[in-house]
This record gives sequence, C-alpha cells and structure tokens, in this order.
Amino acid sequence: MNTANETTLDGHNQGADNDHEHEPMPTGIKRWLFTTNHKDIGTLYLWFSFIMFLTGGAMAMVIRAELFQPGLQLVEPNFFNQMTTVHGLIMVFGAVMPAFTGLANWLIPMMIGAPDMALPRMNNWSFWILPFAFLILLSSLFMEGGGPNFGWTFYAPLSTTYSPDSTALFVFSVHIMGISSIMGAINVIVTIVNMRAPGMTWMKLPLFVWTWLITAFLLIAVMPVLAGVVTMVLTDKFFGTSFFDAAGGGDPVMFQHIFWFFGHPEVYIMILPSFGIISAIIPAFSRKRLFGYASMVYATASIAILSFLVWAHHMFTTGMPVFAELFFMYCTMLIAVPTGVKIFNWVATMWRGSITFETPMLFAIAFIILFTIGGFSGLMLAITPADFQYHDTYFVVAHFHYVLVTGAIFSIMAAAYYWLPKWTGHMYDERLAQWHFWSSVISVNVLFFPMHFLGLAGMPRRIPDYAIQFADVNQIVSIGGFAFGLAQLIFLAVVIKCIRGGKQAPAKPWEGSEGLEWTIPSPAPYHTFSTPPEIK
Amino acid sequence: MKHLLFSVLMMLFAPNLLATDMPLNMTQGVTEISSKVYHLHMVILYICCAIGVIVFGIMIYSMIHHRKSKGAVAANFHESTKVEIAWTVVPFIILIIMAIPATKTLIAMEDPSDADLTIKVTGSQWKWHYSYFDHDIDFFSILSTPREQIEGKEAKGEHYLLEVDKPLVLPINRKVRFLMTSDDVIHSWWVPAFAVKKDANPGFINEAWTKIDKAGTYRGQCAELCGKDHGFMPIVVEAVSEADFETWLASQQQLTEDKAQQAQAALNQTLSQPELMTLGEQVYLARCAACHQPNGMGLPGVFPGLVKSPITVGKVGAHIDIVVNGKPGTAMQAFANQLTATEIAAVVTYERNAWGNDTGDTVQAADIEKHGQQEAQ
Repeated sequence: MNTANETTLDGHNQGADNDHEHEPMPTGIKRWLFTTNHKDIGTLYLWFSFIMFLTGGAMAMVIRAELFQPGLQLVEPNFFNQMTTVHGLIMVFGAVMPAFTGLANWLIPMMIGAPDMALPRMNNWSFWILPFAFLILLSSLFMEGGGPNFGWTFYAPLSTTYSPDSTALFVFSVHIMGISSIMGAINVIVTIVNMRAPGMTWMKLPLFVWTWLITAFLLIAVMPVLAGVVTMVLTDKFFGTSFFDAAGGGDPVMFQHIFWFFGHPEVYIMILPSFGIISAIIPAFSRKRLFGYASMVYATASIAILSFLVWAHHMFTTGMPVFAELFFMYCTMLIAVPTGVKIFNWVATMWRGSITFETPMLFAIAFIILFTIGGFSGLMLAITPADFQYHDTYFVVAHFHYVLVTGAIFSIMAAAYYWLPKWTGHMYDERLAQWHFWSSVISVNVLFFPMHFLGLAGMPRRIPDYAIQFADVNQIVSIGGFAFGLAQLIFLAVVIKCIRGGKQAPAKPWEGSEGLEWTIPSPAPYHTFSTPPEIK
Repeated sequence: MKHLLFSVLMMLFAPNLLATDMPLNMTQGVTEISSKVYHLHMVILYICCAIGVIVFGIMIYSMIHHRKSKGAVAANFHESTKVEIAWTVVPFIILIIMAIPATKTLIAMEDPSDADLTIKVTGSQWKWHYSYFDHDIDFFSILSTPREQIEGKEAKGEHYLLEVDKPLVLPINRKVRFLMTSDDVIHSWWVPAFAVKKDANPGFINEAWTKIDKAGTYRGQCAELCGKDHGFMPIVVEAVSEADFETWLASQQQLTEDKAQQAQAALNQTLSQPELMTLGEQVYLARCAACHQPNGMGLPGVFPGLVKSPITVGKVGAHIDIVVNGKPGTAMQAFANQLTATEIAAVVTYERNAWGNDTGDTVQAADIEKHGQQEAQ
C-alpha cells in the first residue's frame, strides 16, 4: 500500500498543476453550478438530501401532530393526505436515493482508484435537475386543489379520475427524478466497469462499490417502468386513455402490478448500498476482515434478482389467484435467506474482533439490530394469510420505517460519520455525535416500535383520525416522532462544526479501516488518483 | 447507558399501556379462519423471536467480551465454507416449516364455494353498500359519528368512528360469501374479527367468505386509501343467530315494501319550503357535505363549491339531473338509487336556497319523478 500512497500524492500534484495551467477554479455559486468534480457533486447531493430529509421530516411532524390525539385538530383530511403522500415521495426520492448517489460520487472513484466519475458533465446535470423536480413537486402543494393526495404509491383511479389538477406536475417531477436517477446509475456503472485502477479486480472491489453496481443495474431496470406508469396516469387523467379504467377496457389492478414491479426493486435500491456501508464499517471497528466477502457479493446479487419476482406481495388483497399468491409468498420468503447470510456475516465479523464503539460503529450496530427487526416483520408480512390482517395497517408502517429509517437512514448517518474526517479534514465532535446517536436510537424506537401494536390492534394506515382505543399509543408514537425530529438537528450541528474546524484528521483516522480512500490525505485533495494507484 | 435506555422505555410505555384497553396483539377473531391466521401469526412471531434471541445474543456477547478496551485481540478468520453453507441451509429449512401451514390456511381462505348466503359489498366515496342476493334487500351503511365529535365540540363516544347508521346483519354458523366491488376508487373491506380483507376494485368483482362462530358486533374500517374521508368509512357487522336472522330478513322486506309505498305516496305530496329546507339540510349534511362542505364552499380545485354556482342558481332541470345521475368521470355520484325522490327534492331545494343562493325555487318529489320519466323518453 506504500507505493499506492506515494503515487497518489504524485498524482494529486500533477492534477493541481494542470488546473493552474488551464483555467482557474471558479468560485462562489459558479463553482457549484458548473462543477464536474465528483467530490463537489457528492457534496451537493448530500446537502440536498439532508435538506429534503428535514423537509420530509417536517411533514412527518405535521402528521404526528394531527395524530397526537383523536379528532381533527390541526389539518383537514385532504391536507393530511397531501402530507403523507409528499412525505413519502420526498423521503424516498429526495432524501434516501440522493444521499446514496452523493456517497457514490464521493466514494466510488476514491475506492477504485479513479480520478473522477466517468461522465462528469452528465454527473453535473443529473444533480442539477433534481432541485427543480422537487420545487415542482413542493409548489403543487400551494396550488388550488393542493398537491398529490393519493399516497406515494398513487394507486389509480384515485390518482387519475379522482386526483387534483396538480397531478400533471407530480408526473412531471417524477419524470425528472427518474431521469436523474438513471443518469446517476449509468455513471456509476460506466465508472466501475471502466475506471478501476490496475489490479482492482472484481473480487477485490470494496462491498460498497459492489452493492452500488448492483443497485445501479436495478435502477436502470426499473426507473423506466416508473416513468411508464406515471405517463399512463397522465394520459388516463388528461388525454382520455383507459389503461386503468374498467369502463374503457382497462384494469386498476394493472396499475399496481406495474407500480410494484418498479416499487419492489426500488426497496432494494434503498437498502443495498446500506449493506455496502455496513460491510465497510463493521470490519473497521472490529479490526478484523469482513467475514465471507464472496458470499456477501453473491447474496447481494441474489437479493437483486429475487427483487424482480416478489412485487405482488404488496397486493395480496387485490384478489389474485391462489397460485399467484403462493408463488409470491414463497419467493418473498426466499429473500430471507440471502439477507440472513448478510446479517450472519456481520455478526461473524464482530465475533472475536477487537471492537470499539465510535459513532459510525454505534450506528452500524443499531442498523444490524433494527434492520433485522424490520426483516422479521417483513417475513411475517410475506405469510399471505397473516398479511390479510397486517396489510395497510400500522404494522406495515412500522415495518417499512424500520427498514428505511433505522435501516437506510441509519446507514447513511453511519457513513457520514465514518467518512466525514476524509471529506472535511477534521474529526467530528465525538461527544456531540454520541448524543445524536443515543437520542436518535431511543426516540426512533419510541416512534416506530409501538406502531406494530397499533397495526395488530387494527389501526389502518393513512387515516387522519382514529378510534379512541388507539389514542394512548398514538400519543407515545408522536412524542417519539418529535424527539427523533429534534435529534436530527444535533446531526446538523455536528456536521457544521466538523466542516468549520476540529482536530486535524490523519489520512487514516480509523485504526481498522481499509481501502484506497484512506491512502490519500484528509481532507481528500480536489483531484485524486490522476495517476492510478497500483493494487497488489 | 443500557440501563438508561431501559428505564426511559419503561417510563414511556408502562403507565400508558397499562391504562389503555387496546389489545397489543392480533385478534383471534370469531371464525375458524381468523383463529388459524392468529396461530400462524404467533408461530412466525415466536420463530422470529427465537432467531432474534440467538443472533442478537451472539452479537451482544461479542460486543461485551470482544471489545478492545477489554484487551481483545482480533482473530484472523474471515471465511468458512461449512459455516456459510449451514447458515444458508438452516434458514431455508425453517422457511419450509413456516410455508406448510401458511399454504394450507391460504388455500382454505380462498375457497368461497358452497356459500349459504351471498352479499354484494360495494364501496364508494365514503360509504359501503350491501345487497343481499335473493332477498331483495339492499342498503347503504354510513358513518354515524356526529361531526361535532370529530371536531372536538362534543365528547367522543365509545365507538367513535367505528359506528354506522345501519350495520350489515349476518347469520352465525352459515357460510357467507361476499362479492366486493366499487363504484369509484379502490376501497378495501376489512373486519379483523373475520380475518377478511379484500379490495373492492371498480369494474371488477372480488370474492371472499366467512363463517362466524359467535354472535356479536364486529367493527372494521376501509383499509385502502380512497380519498379525503378514507378514515371515515367504517364497517359494522351485527352477527345474529340463524333464527334472529330470518326474523330480521322478514322485517327488512316489510320495511322495503313500506318504503316503496311511502315513496309512491310522497309523489303526490307537496311539502312547504320550510319542510323541504329542514329535510334538505339533514340530507345535505349526511350525504353532500363531505365533499361540498357544510358551508357549500367546496374545496377549491378538488370539489366545486355550490354557492352561486351555475348549477345551484341556474336551471332547475340541470340541477336535478346532476344529483340524480351524477357526473361521470368525476367524484359526483348518482343519487337516484341512494335517496328517495322526496329527499332529492329536499336537498335540491336546500342547495338552491341556502348560503345566500336564494333562488326561491322549491322542488317537489313529483318533479324528480317527472325528470326521470322525461329521461326515459
């Protein structure tokens, strides 16, 4: 690794020289608008995602405030539905996915020893269309008739014949998000396939790179399906087609088939990169090599393939033939096998390690435990007869928030803490970060765990008011929600503090971490690996 | 830190959960199927808990004993084909063990053959309609919780949001088949005590069935987001003995006949404007206010307002027509089969004179009837 280190430094110098010779780096807003640098674009993606996280979170606060007690207090049901819908859309397309793309931008070139992403101009464009997509979506909330109010799953005909006029804007913004994701995915694939440093063979790739490669293929496969289905919604609503209208020979259930053919792989798009992050952090703080690297790669690939065969488990109550129900139940249960392999591998990595508990590790451990709880409820949901009772209740809400918040988002937090020293050149405030972790992990469980009970007791999801028996538990959930929301402001404080200053971070701040990104100085120079490092 | 975590959780959960009467687990229900589903749920829950205890146990053990501060030195192993095959195969076997009872229960649930009674369940925004096949009985079932309770102006009743004006009445010990459909968006008919949840899809018919073991009142809710008042379309089922059911059927048939006669008689009646306005307001608040709002303002961009609108102050004929036939392609339903001619006349009169519309028009049941006849020609 010594040679790699030296080459890197040389490479960096060359890069810097070139810069001076050709053009001075633009400053101010122009630097960010015209940047083609993977690190700048990564930073943009990460900040954008955090702003969206707070925006979507604010909507969740509105939801929880209304549900704090029975009765209609703060918002009208129609606005409540807009909040649940836009909260979902923003968190999925605005917070989680851009955060992963941001991490990919920052890390993939540094991890594979490439100077930048393969298609830097497209990279710029794929970021800069995103803010417009979300401006369009958010602006629809202020229009006559309000924004989308049909759930983030926008089932027809609620989203066609019965939707507000702003649906066209919703469709347009989803199209832009889709284009952005597809471009991001193409960039990731091209970069990984073509720009690995000499000697960086497939089975030496860090797992974050592997999981993102597979995620990118999933994105390219399913985002066009989403684009197709929103276009069908658009033409059904405005141009007189009848894809989803039985009166014209269509079928509303077909909407759900198409949507979930996108939607289920989408779920894995939001979790596979997490697996990569956790597979980097657990070994680093256990000071022990990742257990079962090869099986991790195969498990990720199997999950990705299976994700195309399980979409109808979201639709067991739509009236499918028994044969189809059985097929989708079995396939869904099968996903537990490769997912289990991953969990076991992480636990085996920790086993007989030499563990320390810095914040990234705390988030990673919380991820394993809480994501597994989400996995368990997922397995329960796979059992079709039981799903008839769980479906569309708070049990489902609890399930997908365990996999998305304590899964995807916790892994993003872990990644942020783990790589912040590399990005900023400073160590973050460990004490404040631990406050963030403990307040988050406690409040998130107060927020989501009781939702299991609400669902089992029979509370449907997406309702603005509920029977009085659900009142006490909803109050606890809301308190957890407010606390979790506030706790994220600590994260903002840690990040800002870390950018502004703090203890100087060495090139490799974590004793047990491995990978090319730790061979370059902290903060990572603007240009890295202009000359590829050699990997033995 | 763990003690702190535990005590905070205890403080938050214990007093509240003990005070509430909310069940914390899935209901066993009152049918053979719902009991099977409950047991299936418990088996999977226990299996998940067992796996959780083992996996988290090992993890926590290593977090305690393999930490650097205790002087732990990292071992060097990083793969073991035997172990990896074992933890692929063992979960697979556990899954097969789970799948066997699940498959059996599912096949039983999806067999609606040989039913004793068939009921068509039709969802629409935001009410349920029940039609008893071969008995000429059909009625709407609408939320009966007063608006004042929802808005917090009155204390909330025991069955807040889970009560209807007219429950579905079913016999116990008989296989009842449901045919589910919808008039507008997708709804989902769910009664937890029967473990029946089936989507009502517009233009298609879904089947489900139940056989209730115990008389009683069972409550459920629409489970699929169906628009603004999705949270306000409950389901109430009154399960009665077979003898009581026969009595109920007879009384309902009598009621249907009486109503038909009344409606016929009403055609020749002329009501005064105050009478029409009083009845009209009742009907309006029960049936129209959910969309057009109690003050007639509607929700701009979603549901049109009725104050000085071209319909309510324009020609009477067009107004009657839209109430009777609805407006295809919109949320405006056809009320011809939902309301009597008298009720339609009253609500049209109300809409034409309330909120400062002041057209002075009165519409009588006979006008509604006449409108229907003109249409037929």
